[in-house]
Amino acid sequence: MATSPASATSQASEITDPNPALEARGLSVFYGEKQAVKEIDLVIPARKVVALIGPSGCGKSTLLRCFNRMNDMVSAARVTGSVTFRGTDLYDPAVDPVEVRRKIGMVFQKPNPFPKSIYDNTAFGPRVNGFQGDLDALVEDSLKRAALWEEVHDRLYDSAYALSGGQQQRLCIARTLAVKPEVVLMDEPASALDPIATQRIEELIHELKQEYTIVIVTHNMQQAARISDLTAFLYMGELVEYGPTDTIFTNPREERTEAYVTGRFG
Amino acid sequence: MNTDPTKRRHFHEELDALQEKLMEMAGLVEEIVAVASSAVLERDPSVADVVKQSDGRIDDIEVEIDDLVIELLALQQPVASDLRQVVTTSQVANDLERIGDHAVNIAKAARRLADTQPLPEIKELGEMIEITRGMLSDALAAYVSRDAKTARIVCMTDDKVDDLRRSMFRIVITHMLEDPKRISGALELLLVSQNLERIADLATNLAEDVVFLVEGRTIKHGAESASAS
Repeated sequence: MATSPASATSQASEITDPNPALEARGLSVFYGEKQAVKEIDLVIPARKVVALIGPSGCGKSTLLRCFNRMNDMVSAARVTGSVTFRGTDLYDPAVDPVEVRRKIGMVFQKPNPFPKSIYDNTAFGPRVNGFQGDLDALVEDSLKRAALWEEVHDRLYDSAYALSGGQQQRLCIARTLAVKPEVVLMDEPASALDPIATQRIEELIHELKQEYTIVIVTHNMQQAARISDLTAFLYMGELVEYGPTDTIFTNPREERTEAYVTGRFG
Repeated sequence: MNTDPTKRRHFHEELDALQEKLMEMAGLVEEIVAVASSAVLERDPSVADVVKQSDGRIDDIEVEIDDLVIELLALQQPVASDLRQVVTTSQVANDLERIGDHAVNIAKAARRLADTQPLPEIKELGEMIEITRGMLSDALAAYVSRDAKTARIVCMTDDKVDDLRRSMFRIVITHMLEDPKRISGALELLLVSQNLERIADLATNLAEDVVFLVEGRTIKHGAESASAS
């Protein structure tokens, strides 16, 4: 990852990467008349954790959903600009959004396991995709990657609802990993969890970035500071500042970032 | 965007309380450096006890500041300029405490000096005292007004004090060789000049902390000139 100002993608960001996992260019999202995301340029380097922070309604979750075309589900939403993943514009009409979501998985705020067994939850995606290999091995591998295997290996056929909230969230992460994504998007993945479960999710994110690119929306600034390599601060739909997390939390360039991270507004 | 003064009010009140303690400490330190160094020039043996007493209060404030800093870091998790302010307060308090110790050394030297044979006036000593006190006072003013420019000037002034100390060393040695009866007094003055030089070094540290506080940039150990070249 280079940080040369000369090749900056925009004034708000000095982050560049010749081979990024994801790249937004002039990205805007409208809900009817309202513009929720305004002309954002953002480069997400591969195998990094990028945190999106900002006050409620700043557009961070909307931006996150652009990265796997989840906004297609919102009927009033209109997206302009481009999001490039491995050189392909995700919004090209020829691109299949289902395939996009397989490569770019998502974990939501509240754990949302299916009313099925732990095994069937994990195997769900691969089965839908017609997986032909050793499903048992894939389930075990996914649960291990999500740091849940040790806790559930002797009760794989119990209902997922029997798990605690934190375990359910890790199961949802395992379910996402089972379809072998390259990018994992997380929308407030720990906000419904207690501190210990939160800590486990944060540890897991640290481990996952060895193999995956992670983009996380969080309201918890300490969490963003602890887990991310890069932080983007959004305010009223604009990308105000994007840079290394340690810079954002020790010496941000923009006054608005400073005011937000120090809790003087927001 | 408007910042809201009521946000994190409790935290900012605690931060203000921390600054007040630091300012009390700074006032006492400036005062004892002034009193002790004047006592050297005037061969006044009487100030050592008063200086030591103030130094005791300075030590107490340093401990109070350390406690508050730990508490603020643990409970408030400050970031950005708030974090820099809390960390810098701790460093400045540490520098001030050590300056206080050097002032005590100087006051003790003044007391012993009164019993020795007077030396001819050494103008370098007066100059050294004036510049060192000026550096301390400017560094503290730069801290209060968040003035990185003045802080950088303080850092550059340190070389003058180092040069004066080397001159003092030569002059004092010459006096000793000329008249062995002057050795005791000359040694005390040498000690005073060493303590003054250390005070100037600590005032420089303090000024470097001001630049970090204002700009978030470390200029210690020639880091700034190294990155500029």
